[in-house]
Amino acid sequence: MKRYHHAAIGALVLVLFAAACGSSSKGTGSNATSGGSTSVPTLQAIGKGEGSLSVLAWPGYAENGSTEKDVNWVTPFEQATGCKTTVKTFGTSDEAFNLFHTGAYDVVSASGDSSLRSVANGDAAPINTKLLTNYNDLWVNLRAKRWNTVNGVVYGVPHGWGANLLMYNANVVKPAPTSWSVVFDSKSPYKGKVTAYDSPIYIADAALYLMKHQPDLKITDPYALDDTQFTATINLLKQQHSIVGEYWSDYLKEQEAFTKQSLVLGTTWQVITNLVQGDKTAPPVKAVIPSEGSTAWSDSWELYAKTKHPNCAYMWMNWITKPDVQAQVAEWFGEAPANLKACALTKAKDHCSIYHASDQSFYNKLYYWTTPTAKCVDGRTDVTCKSYADWTAAWDQIKGS
Amino acid sequence: MRRRVARAFARHERLRLGLELSAPIAWLVVIYIGSLVALLVTAFYRLKTDPTGLITTIDSTLHLDNIRRLWDESVYRTTALRTLESAGIVTVVDAAVALPLAFYMAKVASRPARRALVVAVTMPLWAGYLVKGYAWRALLDPSGGALHEIFGHTPGFGFASTTIVLSYQWFPYMVIPLYAGLDRLPDSLLEASTDLGAKAGRTFRSVVLPQLRPAIVAGSIFTFSLTLGDFYMNRIVGGTNEFIGNVVYREFSVNLPFAAAYSLVPVAIMVVYLLVARATGALEEL
Amino acid sequence: MYLSRPARWCLRIWCALVLVVLYAPIVYVARLSVNTAKNFAWPPSGFTLTWWQRAYHEPGPRLALLHSAQTGLWAAGIALVLGTLAAFALTRHSFFGRTPISLAVVLPIALPGIVTAIALLSAFQRLGIDLSLETLVVAHATFCVVIVYNNVAARLRRLAPSLEEASADLGGDPFQTFRFVTFPMMRSALLAGGLLAFALSFDEIIVTTFTAAPSYKTLPLWFADNFSRPNAIPVVNVVATFVVLASTIPVYLAQRISDGAATFSAETRG
Repeated sequence: MKRYHHAAIGALVLVLFAAACGSSSKGTGSNATSGGSTSVPTLQAIGKGEGSLSVLAWPGYAENGSTEKDVNWVTPFEQATGCKTTVKTFGTSDEAFNLFHTGAYDVVSASGDSSLRSVANGDAAPINTKLLTNYNDLWVNLRAKRWNTVNGVVYGVPHGWGANLLMYNANVVKPAPTSWSVVFDSKSPYKGKVTAYDSPIYIADAALYLMKHQPDLKITDPYALDDTQFTATINLLKQQHSIVGEYWSDYLKEQEAFTKQSLVLGTTWQVITNLVQGDKTAPPVKAVIPSEGSTAWSDSWELYAKTKHPNCAYMWMNWITKPDVQAQVAEWFGEAPANLKACALTKAKDHCSIYHASDQSFYNKLYYWTTPTAKCVDGRTDVTCKSYADWTAAWDQIKGS
Repeated sequence: MRRRVARAFARHERLRLGLELSAPIAWLVVIYIGSLVALLVTAFYRLKTDPTGLITTIDSTLHLDNIRRLWDESVYRTTALRTLESAGIVTVVDAAVALPLAFYMAKVASRPARRALVVAVTMPLWAGYLVKGYAWRALLDPSGGALHEIFGHTPGFGFASTTIVLSYQWFPYMVIPLYAGLDRLPDSLLEASTDLGAKAGRTFRSVVLPQLRPAIVAGSIFTFSLTLGDFYMNRIVGGTNEFIGNVVYREFSVNLPFAAAYSLVPVAIMVVYLLVARATGALEEL
Repeated sequence: MYLSRPARWCLRIWCALVLVVLYAPIVYVARLSVNTAKNFAWPPSGFTLTWWQRAYHEPGPRLALLHSAQTGLWAAGIALVLGTLAAFALTRHSFFGRTPISLAVVLPIALPGIVTAIALLSAFQRLGIDLSLETLVVAHATFCVVIVYNNVAARLRRLAPSLEEASADLGGDPFQTFRFVTFPMMRSALLAGGLLAFALSFDEIIVTTFTAAPSYKTLPLWFADNFSRPNAIPVVNVVATFVVLASTIPVYLAQRISDGAATFSAETRG
């Protein structure tokens, strides 16, 4: 009797699941990519604002006075355009990509490691650069690049950029490092106090290191890795895993760890260095670009393909690229502004030179984040490269090793 | 009219049952199970790259690729086992710590003290899970955190810390069912056991524990599943440690089918857990 | 049960220790809310009320509190209705399919939050539903149902149906029986379930991250936002401290009411 009872339950659960399955599997067939088909047409002229706008941004990119009273360029935008603006911040590019995909946001400040993914799955719309009043003032090195433009179609308006620096605790790390080798050496004296950025895109940092130190691998672009190159890079990162104390993705964590000295060495952003340096209780830290060069990020504003507020969105992109707003954002966030006219307006007169905003030779040392795809982004056609999905899978391996 | 409806209800048990069941069923089965099953079906899809090599899309014919990847690549098994281990430890620690507390609350404390204790153990639930996480980070910090300063030792950031902090976070979810279970236990039963000559320890083992099993299982369902699905605490105090949740969170945006496949693991674990709980009769009492 | 004096003292000391551990991080957060330094680092230093002032004047935390309360109330309300109905159906009737349904009730809390979150978000997207307060409430209510269900079902199993049958025999119709017999005996269970459901929703972040509308920041989301901002930590600590302090009032009141009711049901049971 009891056994019969169990079998009946089992059968019922199956039927239940099957029923639920049958009713929903139709919807499942159309996946993420279907987004593109119902996109709104590209705007030809900016009309009257729709009265509201939803912004998805890196923390510090769209400040409305809630962090610090005087740090506010959103309210003036609202007053000037009548577009009531809500701001949602995100901690990582993956999060940004996920959130943008929900369709709840009109614009996103996308870094190179998420921008093309949003284009690829139809979330990002082509941008009519003729409607952008400041577009021609944005640094030419950031415009129409592979991380914001696909087949000549512009999907992202440059916002600002920065390098992934090597930060170290000057009291502990001696001599001062000049190469990334200190974070990859498995016999590092700083074992357990090394940090790395917690994202698959960090694989490019290791690839860049191998590009300079193992020429036989013939890596020419850290974002275009074929099988052999990829395997070598992943092995390096697995080796690094044993000396890493913590991976970081939110900057509060890295800031605190360096302040408390539980971490003394690793990749960082200038803004975090500024915060640690601004803290009197923290040890002296320095941030440098090592001899190999660095990876870097350049953020671009993308427009949601099915946005209900295209006019406000374009107004926002014009607002956020204005010289005075660019100066405020760049100083607050700690990055190089995209609009070089901002350099005359920053409070600290040397801001642009500190961040090398228009420094061509500095630019040449950097390898900007871009989304790796199966079609090698360095132009090779005889091999397939590892796509971002592969990078992510590899990151599972590295973190879990 | 009301009387007629009332009479119909009184007479037709089935009608009453139907009305009582329709709303919860509609909600849970249609909304929840429906979307869950849709997600689980996704586990059998896979990514495919279009001929240009630029765009990755989801191929919605059924494949076992993701399951194979889970099986072949040991890292996913290691991570799953690590998560399970943590969930097990969290559950055991919480139950062990909560039992004496719940017993004191239900059977020893005076009425006002009991009331105060119930408030005291539930209040931490309001303090904000992330805030508590960061506070623990400051306490556990190996370089000059509070534990280090006071006791000269901390486990540092890693598996141990994550497990400690998760035990902390889910503790109230264990205490509450245990307290309710003990409260239900008639005092007379304990007195009878004492009268029959059993010492406190024997009474506890032979009378309290068997009666309390459903409550322990109820509490363990919370602590176990909350740990299985957590990923924030690893980010805050986990050092380089990862759980299933971290992998699912990362893969979700990049490879939804694989994320869905990996989330089958905790789903399977919990369904088995629930069925076992049911077989012991505990779920009935949940 | 007879406990020796030392045994009682052991229990007391154990309770005290547990409470110390339970409150250490919270006391620490409270201390940090009047800290002069702007981070979480130990040891705290200095004393200032600046952050309390700033938190009071900031609209962000107040709105977040309001949103969390609103979500929690809706979710707990829906959970109360659905959970109670399910509890009645599943404890007072036996029917084919009872077990899978009782499993379905438990499932949302038994499955990890990230699974629930991803499943619901994918479903909303496929159906073309924009994220809103409704989607958030749907998600929260789903995992809250089981909390109410647990409490009510436990009470119902304890209550002998004979009381209800007596009411029926004395001519009470089902509505009257419910109102005058069943409901009063269940009040405390409903209250406890509702409060726990509210608390669960109030501090939920994993499902919330995926199912809340962008402009709708609940308290945990506001916390998360501010953890990735410079200089916001002290205000976060103020808000967390405030919520803990403020929560004592409803929790204590509920406790009093349910305690009274528990006495009532204990008497009726006796």
